[in-house]
Amino acid sequence: MFVRRLSRTLGDVVMYALLIGVSIFMLLPFVWMLSTSLKPADEIFALPPIIISAHSSLKAYIYLLQQQVSILVNVRNTFVIAFSATIVRLFFCSLGGYGFAKFKFPGQGWLFGFLLGTMIIPGAITMVPVYIIMRNLKWIDTFWPLIIPGAANAFGIFFMRQYISSVSEEIMDAARIDGAGEFAIFWRIILPVIAPGLTSLGLIFFMGSWNDFMGPLIYLKSPQNFTLPLVIRSMIGPVGRTVYDVQMAASVISLIPLLIIFLIFQRRFLEGITAGAVKG
Amino acid sequence: MAESTTMLQPDVHPTAHRRPVWRDIVKARWPYLFISPFYLLFIIFGLYPTIQSLYLSFTEWKGLGPIKQVGLKNYTLLFQDHVFWQSMENGVILFFMYVPIMTFLALVLAVILNSKRVRGFRLFRTILFIPYIMNIVAAGFTFRLLLEQKYGLVNSLLGIFHIPPVPWLESMWGGRVSLCLLVIWAWLGYNMVIMLAGLQTISNELTEAAMIDGADQAQAFFYITVPMMRPVILFSVVLSTMGSFNLFGEIYTLTGGGPMNATITPIVDIFNQAFANFRLGYASAMAYVYFMIIFVLTLLQVRYFGQRVD
Repeated sequence: MFVRRLSRTLGDVVMYALLIGVSIFMLLPFVWMLSTSLKPADEIFALPPIIISAHSSLKAYIYLLQQQVSILVNVRNTFVIAFSATIVRLFFCSLGGYGFAKFKFPGQGWLFGFLLGTMIIPGAITMVPVYIIMRNLKWIDTFWPLIIPGAANAFGIFFMRQYISSVSEEIMDAARIDGAGEFAIFWRIILPVIAPGLTSLGLIFFMGSWNDFMGPLIYLKSPQNFTLPLVIRSMIGPVGRTVYDVQMAASVISLIPLLIIFLIFQRRFLEGITAGAVKG
Repeated sequence: MAESTTMLQPDVHPTAHRRPVWRDIVKARWPYLFISPFYLLFIIFGLYPTIQSLYLSFTEWKGLGPIKQVGLKNYTLLFQDHVFWQSMENGVILFFMYVPIMTFLALVLAVILNSKRVRGFRLFRTILFIPYIMNIVAAGFTFRLLLEQKYGLVNSLLGIFHIPPVPWLESMWGGRVSLCLLVIWAWLGYNMVIMLAGLQTISNELTEAAMIDGADQAQAFFYITVPMMRPVILFSVVLSTMGSFNLFGEIYTLTGGGPMNATITPIVDIFNQAFANFRLGYASAMAYVYFMIIFVLTLLQVRYFGQRVD
């Protein structure tokens, strides 16, 4: 009995040691990022390392606000792109998911299989021709290339189809008898019922767009159009001349809005991420 | 597009079938309308570019001026391009460096958090997951700062134990290890959350019964949990395979593909050829070869793991 309890305690110690060890690894970069953003330049590489500087200040943040293109402009760009991309995607994906979930029509199985099949085409293949299309449309250095192509995507339609399948049809039939059109049923009856699913998917879309790097790198050219990841990247100077405190301050700014959203909606967000993986 | 394919079918059968099918389609105009945005956008931004890219792979083009037909030249050049094959090799090396560790760790952590014995379940889950929401540019530069050879925090801490500074970003294997650290940091929590959801769908009764019969925790883990979790593990591994060839922001910010191309991945190489060197035809040929290889690899993985599922 004693041996059993001892091994249990030992097991608990190992378990917590692993959890705490991994947690430190996960948190360390955040601590160092915040710490560096507040430090005076001469303490960034001080030996031994300083975590909380006695000379902490917000000067890196103030510098970012006083740039010719203020960081607030970049925050606004990032938000405008992520928000509009999310809304447009949610609309078309739930509409498409509704079409597949609640109707029977010729070619349905084939069309849905085709839709899933498109997911295997890697972005590397379409990258160059899509760029040419955007150039012909005169959409380079605008937000459109980051919003329009993904407006109705396969993953989102797949996700919403699963979600809408579980909505009761009685309520739809009742509305149909009352003479509601098919779009009105979608807009007034389906959408309110699937709000939790829309939140989950919306959070995934918003985060993907907010953090996107390659898209903005290809399409956004002038600094007043940059999103936050591009701003952080643009701060890399020649070797040894990178202004780390400012770069880390911009990183902190890029993280905080998502962090707040994530902490508020954590459950919905995790639901969305796992629904795609475990059920699919 | 949807209508034309379904309308073609009656031609095979006697014409008598034509009317009902046509009526079905008219009746189903609403769902066709609802799903049509996807297909329209796919034709413009997916199908057409895929075909255009195949055409471009047989040409030389700088993006402006005339397009020059060159036949198979891009492909023959590609087979001698050591950077491209190095990038493929790097994808495989990186895969073997971080995927086994990350997948195993994610599963172990998920099992620990899933057992009712841990206090602070939500806190640990949040901490482990948070790196996933950080954009990769910020993460990459933070790691660069941490791993800086002379003054970086990691080497300073190692210095306390009299370990000489490690050239994290200045050596080939150091660069690869650094990259793996960043990828594991960013993706461990995501994989763990998926495993956790998988664990919650399998019942505890089986493991509990085995433990009563005298199995220890390790045996229960390897003989019961792992086999039951095979589909979820497969999902995670397949995703990581595509992921390791597709590392872009990580490379761009942390190692820049170096030293000596030790950390360049196919996607970075293709991006550079297209948008830095403006060799659009060559980049297209690379993209096609890359696609074929990834496709075969994914198929093999699914088959290999799939066979063992009872």
